[in-house]
Amino acid sequence: MNWLRLYAIVYLVFLYLPVLLLPVFSFNDATVIAFPLNGFTTKWFVELAGIDALHGALKNSLFIGLSSATLSTLLGICAARASTRYRFPFKAPIMGTIMLPLVLPEIIVAVSLLVVLMQLGFSLTSWTVIMGHTLICTPFAIAILSSSFQGLDQSLEEAAVDLGETRWGAFSKIILPLVTPGIVASFLIAFTISMDEFIIAFFLTGADPTLPVYIWSQLRFPKRLPSVMALGTLLILASLVLLSIAEYFRRRGIRRTGAKDSGGFL
Amino acid sequence: MLLLLAVPLATIFAFSFWTQDFLNIDHTFTLKNYQEAFSDPIYRAIMLRSVTIAGAVTVVTVVLAFPIAYFVSFHVRPERKAFWVFLITIPFWTSYLLRAFLWKVILGFNGVLNSGLLWLGLIDEPLTFILYNSNAVVITLAHAFAPFTILPIYVALEKIDRSLLEASQDLGEGTVRTFFRVTLPLAMPGVIAATLIVFIPTIGDYVTPRLVGGPDGLMIANMIQTQFLKLNNAPMGAALSVLAMTAVTLISLVFLFANRRFLK
Repeated sequence: MNWLRLYAIVYLVFLYLPVLLLPVFSFNDATVIAFPLNGFTTKWFVELAGIDALHGALKNSLFIGLSSATLSTLLGICAARASTRYRFPFKAPIMGTIMLPLVLPEIIVAVSLLVVLMQLGFSLTSWTVIMGHTLICTPFAIAILSSSFQGLDQSLEEAAVDLGETRWGAFSKIILPLVTPGIVASFLIAFTISMDEFIIAFFLTGADPTLPVYIWSQLRFPKRLPSVMALGTLLILASLVLLSIAEYFRRRGIRRTGAKDSGGFL
Repeated sequence: MLLLLAVPLATIFAFSFWTQDFLNIDHTFTLKNYQEAFSDPIYRAIMLRSVTIAGAVTVVTVVLAFPIAYFVSFHVRPERKAFWVFLITIPFWTSYLLRAFLWKVILGFNGVLNSGLLWLGLIDEPLTFILYNSNAVVITLAHAFAPFTILPIYVALEKIDRSLLEASQDLGEGTVRTFFRVTLPLAMPGVIAATLIVFIPTIGDYVTPRLVGGPDGLMIANMIQTQFLKLNNAPMGAALSVLAMTAVTLISLVFLFANRRFLK
């Protein structure tokens, strides 16, 4: 079975090749993104600090990311609780439609939202992007939250109600603390998706670009590429930190509900 | 939430039957856009190319991913499995735009691959068939969707009861026959999920064809974007979107139907 192991290593090289090039070129002292390398520099990172358009895009992306993560997590909590705890008419078709963006090419989501907004006469702002991102993040939030809600023992909530808690009291004091790790994980995943999403933002953004839209506009200017590489390096670091936090909370959640660890997010 | 999705989809459907003259939309019902989409060789070629590229990406990605999923599931010690899964998913959290762009850097005329091969003396002049065409699009997308295929297949393989494999070998089947008659059929739900997870989004991918595809590698999403934002012909773009959606749905359904015996 050494062949298989060798194949796995070659495959990992393939997976990591572009990602590893990012830091290499971001410290390379040349404006051309090609080999051979030209010596070490940190000037591209310094340059990043001076670009105002970038700071605007970053702020805008953070705002959009935080808002859509909050909205999609809230919607996800409602939907996950409804689907795991209650039965209601047309449950399957309704849940199916909510999960639909998972299997719809993103360009379709983007153009159809654009068409509706055009027809209704809305102008494109950050809020239109937030709407689009909430739409695509909610299925992920539901998927993560459903597994935390499913792991709950229903008798805990019943016991609380029997002991005199109101329905809302039982929910906020018993259920909510137990699913908090799921909520944090879902929030972080939605935030990461929104920060990285390009095509919907590209169609729905108004005067203020998001970070990926800004990066896209910079890819056309060869002079700007090294600083884009530096930016990419910083972004990887940021998403690694976020992911580790999400993974930590997910594991803690699994331990709390006493379930077995069944793998990663996907 | 339902409204947020259903209304736009209905609107795009309605739009595809209208026409647009500069900025005014003519709301009379017409099939003109569809006729044009089917008769104009450009649209036909792009549609066909999108389906072919998405199909190629799917086959390449799933075939390359299966051994990895198999390796992690059957040959990695249980306590190391989570680490391997993490290792596989990390590259996927880099900005998608930048990953596509970096493939351009790797595959380019004096890119990483060519300069590496030249240096090793394996080739005498840079390879040109790997950038600005469909091959580049397939490579880049195969990379982008790798984790999406590995994980569902891995989950399906993990679910297989190991005693079934032992039983098969005890009953005299060889390793290879056990794999094809027990492991593979039981892993098929994962393979099917992986196929759909790759095929559906790739057909509508915009970034990769635009960055590495060159003129001959453009796909339907690029055309939809051009119709909407450059040519001001939203109805044509809508018609193309509806056609793309229909194509995706039909192909997925046929694929599911063909594999229905594995899904029971």
